[in-house]
Amino acid sequence: MSTTMTMAAALNAALRDSLEASEDVVLIGEDIGTLGGVFRITDGLKERFGASRVIDSPLAESGIIGASVGMAYRGMRPVSEIQFDGFVYPGFDQIVAQVARLHYRTSGAVRMPLTIRIPFGGGIGAVEHHSESPEAYFAHTPGLRVVTVADPQDAYSTMRAAIECDDPVMVLEPKRRYWSKGEVDTSVTADLSSARVLREGRDATLVAYGPLVVTALEAAVAAEDDGIDLEVIDLRSLSPLDRDTVAASVRRTGHLVVAHEAPGNVSLSSEVITSVVEDCFAHLEAAPERVTGFDIPYPPGVLEDHYLPGIDRILDAVDRTLGRRNSREAA
Amino acid sequence: MLTTTSAPDHDLVAGLDTPLHVLREDGTRRPDATLDPLLADVDRELLTSLYLDMAVVRAIDEEAVALQRQGELGLWPPLRGQEAAQIGLGRALPETDFLFTSYRENALAWCRGVGPAEMLSVWRGTTLSGWGPFAHHMATPQVIIGAQTHHAVGYAMATQAQGKDDLAVACFGDGALSQGDTNEAMVFAASFQAPVLFFCQNNHYAISEPVDVQATVPIALRPTGFGIPSLRVDGNDVLAVRAASLLAAQHIRAGKGPMFIEAVTYRLGPHTTSDDPTRYREEKELEHWRRRCPLGRLERHLEQLGAPVGELRTEAEQRSQEATTAMQEAVAALPSPAPESMFENVLSTEHPGLLRQREQFRAFTDSLAPEQTEGSSA
Repeated sequence: MSTTMTMAAALNAALRDSLEASEDVVLIGEDIGTLGGVFRITDGLKERFGASRVIDSPLAESGIIGASVGMAYRGMRPVSEIQFDGFVYPGFDQIVAQVARLHYRTSGAVRMPLTIRIPFGGGIGAVEHHSESPEAYFAHTPGLRVVTVADPQDAYSTMRAAIECDDPVMVLEPKRRYWSKGEVDTSVTADLSSARVLREGRDATLVAYGPLVVTALEAAVAAEDDGIDLEVIDLRSLSPLDRDTVAASVRRTGHLVVAHEAPGNVSLSSEVITSVVEDCFAHLEAAPERVTGFDIPYPPGVLEDHYLPGIDRILDAVDRTLGRRNSREAA
Repeated sequence: MLTTTSAPDHDLVAGLDTPLHVLREDGTRRPDATLDPLLADVDRELLTSLYLDMAVVRAIDEEAVALQRQGELGLWPPLRGQEAAQIGLGRALPETDFLFTSYRENALAWCRGVGPAEMLSVWRGTTLSGWGPFAHHMATPQVIIGAQTHHAVGYAMATQAQGKDDLAVACFGDGALSQGDTNEAMVFAASFQAPVLFFCQNNHYAISEPVDVQATVPIALRPTGFGIPSLRVDGNDVLAVRAASLLAAQHIRAGKGPMFIEAVTYRLGPHTTSDDPTRYREEKELEHWRRRCPLGRLERHLEQLGAPVGELRTEAEQRSQEATTAMQEAVAALPSPAPESMFENVLSTEHPGLLRQREQFRAFTDSLAPEQTEGSSA
């Protein structure tokens, strides 16, 4: 049974169905109850499940995550919302020093089935601290799963899987895709660890995740005009990384382009390219390329279109790896 | 539900001028309107067992320091001087109440039946957590200052949601007062009226920094700003700490929300075996606190009651000897974990990336020449 809905509605449905499925699931975060969240992802859930299961918390990110740790100690499965990507840093210690390592530290005795939801990335013209891509900080931390969602179906299935997972899972929701629509079948399940090959192609592998998956697919359509056949992979899980799917693709295409919004310095593209170099260097016919945000703090809103990788910058990188005429030949 | 509670009203602090105490320094009993209702069950047998507990944990602590000096432990955080604060709390609560502590609460671990191997393995470096939290209702000790206060509050919120009446206890020191986490935890606890006891051992120093760097007013005043009633108690008076803990637990179990205890005590030793307290405090101050030794005070009290103190000392020595011998044997027998075990339990299931790294590690160690792996001098 499939229904057309926005990604926001799909996430809301996933949270609702998870709350329905288990009494152990509770939501906690700022403004998630009466208001329904600043993006309305939790709309109506407090009315339906009550204030003790959809908890409007004090404005304290460390407290939101830290209280969730204590709830998990007691056998609950908290879903904590951090209101915006740029607000996660006060909760950083609880995430990387507590959530991520309690299972390891206790030799498996303490499970941390926490889901940490964070709207992330730019493209909505927001003010400072509202458009960040902090994923590399967290993907760097062993013991924490970091996943992204890209479309309504994937959002629904991945959120359900994250809440059911016994590991702590950070789910990064691309806020500029909240209102994009798609078909959602609530019986479809997701495997958190796997990348998705969304489009098969012959000439080059284009890897993206989160908000740039749609952009990558659009770039692949545009590339057809130039006779270029792109394979598009949604990484989905940033940690652990499904490097086998990426390597298998590069073995076929011989070319790799990685695109994400975060600055490129010490980023997911660094990791993906390194893994391909380690795993299948001999299959690469040209140097891999990446298209990322620049190594600057997120710029003012009116400049974000220049900062964010778009179709043209991605195609330019495709041209470079394929040895076609591109922007860097001008000099 | 117990109804004898005389917990202070909202916003009220008890013991602000003089920390609540029932034993004077000379060992005589004094009346205390707040604590006396909680002392009805105190008899010589209880006093004796509290004394023995304090004596044994002091011996355990001293033995651990000795083991560190012998190179058997990498580090140890001594609790000497804080025996009454920890035993007073540990002996007041049922074992089902869940403790979230820092790293210095080994007397509480003792109360919870943590064995010598479990207690020492972290400090020996053979594991990251010596004991199973659920086996002892005591979380893995926390090194990050104040982080565990949130865990206690979250645990308490879950307890509350499940309609159970067990408590969570957050133990921390005066240094943790400066951390955002501790303050945030009090906001959460007060907002949700979570059944949590905040237990601050004010031992006067955060490593080298005196308590007035953390708080310019008495610590017990801090929670009242969050709407959490507090008791300021003499942390070197085991009876007072036990009574205050019972009082707080009654208050919390009666659904009246969180409570805070400041146990005013003193760390007689260094912060850990790595630091040198002579650089940051005066002998005169130490001497002042040595006179307030929690064991001596209880011993004098027992003496006044006509207890056979000589026999008691002999029994304490015997029990201490048993405990410290067990520690020596436990340390000697602690196995080093297999190197490959470091790849286990990162996630709840194995994942290909780590399996690959483990294989690479195994291949590398297998590739080493035997003399290298055996470390022999041939």
